[in-house]
Amino acid sequence: MMKPGFLSQNQSVLWFLATLGMFTLGVTALAEATGTGALSTSFVKTLGKTLCLCLIAIAMDVVWGYCGILSLGHFAFFGIGGYAIGMWLMYARTESIVSESLSAAVIPPTDQEIVEAIGTQIFGVVGSSDFPVIWAFADSLGLQLLMVILVPGLMALVFGWLAFRSRVTGVYLSILTQAMTLALSLYLFQNDSGLRGNNGLSGLQNIPGFDATPQSMISIAFFWASALALGLGYLLFAFVTSGKMGSVVRGIRDDEARVRFLGYHVESYKLFIFTLTAIIAGIAGALYYPQAGIINPAEIAPIASIYLAVWVAIGGRGRLYGAVIGAAFVSLLSSWFTGGGAPDISLGVYTIHWTDWWLVLLGLSFVAVTLFAPKGIGGLFDLLIRKEGSR
Amino acid sequence: MLRTILIILAVCVTAPHTSAAQDLQSLLQSHQRLVAKPSAKTVGVVLDDLASSGLSGTADFLEKWRNKDLWVRKEDGRFFYTAMAEAQLTLLDIDTGQVVGTTSKKHLKQIRPNGGVRKAIASALVQFQLNDPDITRRKAAVDAIARAMTADQLAPLEAAIDNEADADLKAQKMRLAVMLRASFAPTTEARLAAITALSDDISVDTRAVLNQILTTKRHAAVSIPSDLNVATQLMVGKDISSLDAYAMLVDANLAQPRVKASDIVSVLSANIENGRVAGTPVRLLDTIEAREKAYDSLAAAGAAPTRITDAAAQRLIETHVFFDSYSESDIRVTAAAKLALDGIETRVAISHAADLTLDALSLASIYFLAAIGLAVTFGVMGVINMAHGEFIMMGAYTGYVVQLFVPNYTLSIIVALPLAFAVTFAAGVALERLVIRWLYHRPLETLLATFGISIALQQLAKNIFGTQARPLTSPAWLDGAWVINDVIAISYIRIAIFVLAIIFLSLIVWILRKTRLGLEMRAVTQNPGMAASMGINPDRINMLTFGLGSGIAGIAGVAIGLYAKVTSEMGADYIVQSFMTVVVGGVGNVWGTLAGATMIGFLQKGIEWFNPSNTLAAQTYMILFIILFIQFRPKGIVALRGRAAGD
Repeated sequence: MMKPGFLSQNQSVLWFLATLGMFTLGVTALAEATGTGALSTSFVKTLGKTLCLCLIAIAMDVVWGYCGILSLGHFAFFGIGGYAIGMWLMYARTESIVSESLSAAVIPPTDQEIVEAIGTQIFGVVGSSDFPVIWAFADSLGLQLLMVILVPGLMALVFGWLAFRSRVTGVYLSILTQAMTLALSLYLFQNDSGLRGNNGLSGLQNIPGFDATPQSMISIAFFWASALALGLGYLLFAFVTSGKMGSVVRGIRDDEARVRFLGYHVESYKLFIFTLTAIIAGIAGALYYPQAGIINPAEIAPIASIYLAVWVAIGGRGRLYGAVIGAAFVSLLSSWFTGGGAPDISLGVYTIHWTDWWLVLLGLSFVAVTLFAPKGIGGLFDLLIRKEGSR
Repeated sequence: MLRTILIILAVCVTAPHTSAAQDLQSLLQSHQRLVAKPSAKTVGVVLDDLASSGLSGTADFLEKWRNKDLWVRKEDGRFFYTAMAEAQLTLLDIDTGQVVGTTSKKHLKQIRPNGGVRKAIASALVQFQLNDPDITRRKAAVDAIARAMTADQLAPLEAAIDNEADADLKAQKMRLAVMLRASFAPTTEARLAAITALSDDISVDTRAVLNQILTTKRHAAVSIPSDLNVATQLMVGKDISSLDAYAMLVDANLAQPRVKASDIVSVLSANIENGRVAGTPVRLLDTIEAREKAYDSLAAAGAAPTRITDAAAQRLIETHVFFDSYSESDIRVTAAAKLALDGIETRVAISHAADLTLDALSLASIYFLAAIGLAVTFGVMGVINMAHGEFIMMGAYTGYVVQLFVPNYTLSIIVALPLAFAVTFAAGVALERLVIRWLYHRPLETLLATFGISIALQQLAKNIFGTQARPLTSPAWLDGAWVINDVIAISYIRIAIFVLAIIFLSLIVWILRKTRLGLEMRAVTQNPGMAASMGINPDRINMLTFGLGSGIAGIAGVAIGLYAKVTSEMGADYIVQSFMTVVVGGVGNVWGTLAGATMIGFLQKGIEWFNPSNTLAAQTYMILFIILFIQFRPKGIVALRGRAAGD
């Protein structure tokens, strides 16, 4: 499917893949399970999660930076992916625990008794024991993996079709997507939503069938999977945004009406990009939450999707590596500051605790980036390239 | 409470006796034996005499008598109240309450009336309390009757109506008497009349009385007996599940209890022999069918009770009737009560609808206040201000800070409103000058930059005021609610917010229509380039517009803070709804915002009405509805037409 010249025309893709590969090997060499142990398991997990955030960030970059749709709802798809995989993880793990405890009984349990016991175990916290309809496929990993792709894809397809068809654009569309993710998170907050209300799904770091495998090993496996997904996602998006398709998409961003007058079916392009990025966001979520261990509706509150836009804007829109840099830089910096890693600054009368002031700094620097450096951190690369070119 | 009792005691003690010829002690001495050893048959005489004596200490005495606090001195048979003092008892005179001496317990005998006597005393006591000169006691007696109505309260209550001096209490007594008559009047006609009288009243206690009359009991029987006042016959599968129906048959001894799944398991596990149950290997017992088969063979061998099959259970259910019958046997009474209750329910439903409308209006006015500032900035400048919610928060915190300095709540609110406007106006102008004016041609980036401001402001508020909610106390005259009847009530704060919303609506319409600033604003909205060439300075207009929008947000903050808590996140709670309001209503039009707020307010309350327990679901469905609504009217309810609509 790829034209032979694709990679040679997009040298940044090669650079990125090479960097990602080096990084993955480096982390592997320093991890507890596979290397020297310089990096703790929890830090490897943080890095793995960051890679997943980078993956959704490049999806956001494609939909916003390339296609001009400022979606403030992509974290909803991320969350759905996480819920879809979380349902299987939780079901399968509870099943193994329940079967073990029931096998001690004198009379062997019936299938129905096992299912009921699993239901009580999972839904006891919300005062129920029946499996809701949406858990119908929870016992099958294959089907749930399909859900990771299908549910965000279909949701984006329906939502996008409705929105683009009636020519909702600009800030209206942004608000509408924000409303979508708000509605979803409010819905999931209910106890009778079938996904355990505000308890969310937990214990996702325990992978069924790998009880004996230590978390240090599992973390490396997920780190590799996340790196692979990011690499493949990068390739896919680089391909989508290059060539004629990419030109049309960028044309839509710059002047939608003109592209439409040129005879292109703008809505189809937008719908394709919107749905594709939603699917990738779902996959990123499915890789993220087993590393995080828990997912609850607060994860998909509107604020999360706005942060996503912040990352992409700080990293630099319209260039995929910019999104990666922004997501990695801001999310790691964020956890460093809020985790108490940054030293407090004493001003004599007042001590600046970064746990309190980090968000103020982030907010203001975000304004500064928007005002003074609309190209973000990625813009620095332009300066480098221009210097080399002029030399 | 203690004070009231003391005052009452003082009154009892010092009041001159109306019939001074006798005091309580001598009256009681004339019935000495009947008081000291009361029986249900003879106590009536004493009670009648006490009632006709008109002595003021009577109620007190009856209470003490009933509560076994009355003692008799063995040597002379005189009665005393007592108070414990170490091992001794202090004697108190029953007329004056004064200490007359102390003595040991063996010289005294406690009077212990039996249950029947106590009941008789209690009903006589009601009569005294209902006629007590002290109004608080009378009220307490009426309330006590209202809490627990019994048949014997009816006569004393009716007797106590005519002499009631207080008009309110008299009405209350009459109302209570009607309720008692509905349940306990001796003749059916009197009850029917009382029930009819009740049907005009939608209060909760009236409904409770009628529901009490209509209490039903569930029965299972072979056929419907003729002596019961049957309310409804129950259809199995529709009104009750067959499981419940069978359980009723078991309760009525019409069927054997069924063997439960857990019983099967325990019987099976008790009968394992060499790894087999009735010849079946244990490991094969992992289906319900296999278990039942093994159990049946055990039952056939007599090792367990026989299992009743589904078909047999079904046959039993089909051969019996299930019905509800009224505990009240008189069919005319239940029919009348049902009719009255149905009428009341209808009126309650109408009142609910009215109440809901009021709620929706008040919610709409809150949304309107929160959104109108946004509508001004978004409509005139096409700029989306994500920090709008934080301006609301800023206004609310301004109110809180003002209250720290101005302790008078009324005055503090009067100061806070303009001050909140001033603070947020300044903040808005600063934001416009520093950030927004550089981004007029990049609307999406305005959205993001103002979002940056929003998180910075939110965190700043958290750093300054802490994470806990701060109170913004409303003046006392805004406390309480306007209660129209038992169903319709609306708090004064909500009315005040409604009034505030109307004031702001008029104010903004006035500014836009009648002032120079409004004219220039509308000009800039329609065509900034043309407006500029007419000598209007768009920069200045934009600045003032943004300040105005932000200032209104500040005032909305004070209003919202009055009924909700002030937190650093309160703005974020309203921002999405505010956007919805503006977008649904149609951008750039005050009336659009009003329409949007009204629609969203009514919609939310309407959905909540369908599912009252779940406000989260209401919000979810409302947002989904709005998403769909935008599909069909992308420009909102009130869409601008012509050139002003832009692209």
